Amino acid sequence: MADVSLRKVVKRYDDVEAVRGIDLDIADHEFVVLVGPSGCGKSTTLRMIAGLEDISDGDIMIGGDVVNDVPPKDRDIAMVFQNYALYPHMTVAENMSFGLRLKRYPKAEIKSRVAEAARMLDITDLIDRKPKQLSGGQRQRVAMGRAIVRNPKVFLFDEPLSNLDAKLRVQMRIEIKKVHQKVRTTTVYVTHDQVEAMTLADRVVVMNRGRIEQIGTPNELYHKPATRFVAGFIGSPAMNFVPCQLEEADGKLNIRLTDRIAFPLPLPCAARYQNVPRSEKLLFGIRPEHITEARPHLGPGVETFDTVIDVTEPMGMETLIYFTLEGTQVCGRANPGAGAREGAPFRLAVDLNNMHLLNEGTGIVL
Amino acid sequence: MSTLAIDKSGPRRKVKYGSMSRERAWALRWSYFFLTLFAVFSLVPPIYMIITSLKSSAEISAATNPWWVFHPTLVNYITLLTSNQFLRFFWNSAMVAIIVVTITMLVSIPAAFALARMKFWGSATLATGVFLTYLIPDSLLFIPLFKMFALFSDWTGIQLINRWYVLIFLYPTLTVPFCTWIMIGYFASIPKELDEAAIIDGASWLQTLTRIFIPVALPGLIAATIFAFTVSWAQFLYPMVFTTSTDQLVLPVGIVTTLIKGDVFNWGQIMTGALLGAAPPLIIYAFLMDYYIAGLTAGATKG
Repeated sequence: MADVSLRKVVKRYDDVEAVRGIDLDIADHEFVVLVGPSGCGKSTTLRMIAGLEDISDGDIMIGGDVVNDVPPKDRDIAMVFQNYALYPHMTVAENMSFGLRLKRYPKAEIKSRVAEAARMLDITDLIDRKPKQLSGGQRQRVAMGRAIVRNPKVFLFDEPLSNLDAKLRVQMRIEIKKVHQKVRTTTVYVTHDQVEAMTLADRVVVMNRGRIEQIGTPNELYHKPATRFVAGFIGSPAMNFVPCQLEEADGKLNIRLTDRIAFPLPLPCAARYQNVPRSEKLLFGIRPEHITEARPHLGPGVETFDTVIDVTEPMGMETLIYFTLEGTQVCGRANPGAGAREGAPFRLAVDLNNMHLLNEGTGIVL
Repeated sequence: MSTLAIDKSGPRRKVKYGSMSRERAWALRWSYFFLTLFAVFSLVPPIYMIITSLKSSAEISAATNPWWVFHPTLVNYITLLTSNQFLRFFWNSAMVAIIVVTITMLVSIPAAFALARMKFWGSATLATGVFLTYLIPDSLLFIPLFKMFALFSDWTGIQLINRWYVLIFLYPTLTVPFCTWIMIGYFASIPKELDEAAIIDGASWLQTLTRIFIPVALPGLIAATIFAFTVSWAQFLYPMVFTTSTDQLVLPVGIVTTLIKGDVFNWGQIMTGALLGAAPPLIIYAFLMDYYIAGLTAGATKG
């Protein structure tokens, strides 16, 4: 097992820079998820760690050794692919033992390692089957088994659950987490699904346009996003952004969203944003769960306003409500019993203690 | 009530039940019609050959119904199968075919793998070049090739012309480009992740080829093998030009040159020889038909 470090790693395809000088340190035993939209460079980064792509600039280190020019087979890594990449002409056992057989491990050891991995993944009964006789979930387990038997320094997962249906994805997510808890191998996992990233990772690396936007624990990213991109990418439904202005009235700092809606900022927020230039173009960021139906007793920092609901989405345990503020669609979460109806006026409460203020031009959270 | 009245007065649409299956039935009828036509067209010559091969020379030249055997005889078969000359042609053909198929596979498989998978400078151009080579007909090539072998003989003193084994050098010019081309297509249809998984598992390029690609692409390889065998078994122009001595001839040329004497055509033996000559490819086709079809259609759809 080993730590993985990336130092100013760049990947260029002709004139296009797919990865633009990223720095990343992954500790031994850590489970790190690279997440971002399509084309953000996350898979390229993983493939560079694997050695499947050459790096154009910078250094990649595994266990302290620079591996820029080390071929994949000598990096002591194992990779799980999105489309499983099982060898179709081999049985499950042969698939799992292929790497060990190439390295001429003793037969008894190969057998015991395969049996152990099969037991861990609950595929002992499938060991003599060919991949085509397996379901998608079983194939993904075999692909993981093939990685586990090698006992590598680093596991690399390239969107391993994308080909599975929603239910199976949740199940396999838990399996992957369990396996990591057992083997504790350093893991780099790529996904475009922020839920997978949040649920699996010790730390999440959010990537955008070939750069790292933010690195942090799932909670840090959720509660303290550094940029508009991270704030909008992490969390579902996404954070709302409404153009706003800061203004002073009666010695208090107010935030104005529309001509008729302005709220006084709670004291901690007012202190935080005191020095923000008043002329700055700003965005008010608030997560849907902090916009709810108005309740009789409002805590400090919770303000109410009236609006007309455009659309409701009943989810069972809650109802998502959509309304418009100055042309911007905003989402809130209300209690199903609160009586929100489409086209009807409704009183909402916004918890300003959890608000974010962003610079509209730079997208940086202030 | 009013809607009911409108319905009645409006144009009545005929409801077609099972229109899909009706269309399908017509499509099938046409398919059967054309397939039968094609089958009759292509089966008439071999049937005529079989009929003629079972007749004596006297019956062939007699003015009887050519589509019927009145006095069936195996004399043509016995004559040919006991003739050293005919067995020699058969042996020469078999040797040429087996060696050419082996050479073709040894060259084409690594070439196709390299062109399909190992990205190197000019690989795409080279792959197109391989295919373009195949498009040059052998009737254009045989004169320069003859000249080359003649020059080779002048310079080295090694005589290849009029030896059966000269064909071993000639036929790969036809088989290698086409086999390489179809295998490039087949290898390209294998998901990229499969060789990446093998590389990460610790396989070298050669191991990836032998332990992953060849087993996975087996139908494609069989298709290529059948093609190479058929070409080297049935090729007529090159052996006609490059071999002349009777003991150096291969089957297609041997039958024509030895069984036609002047203007005398020994039709019974010609037909028998042609039938016996067609037997090996037929037997191979029959055994490998399923693989052959799978090989030719692979890569057409995303598997």
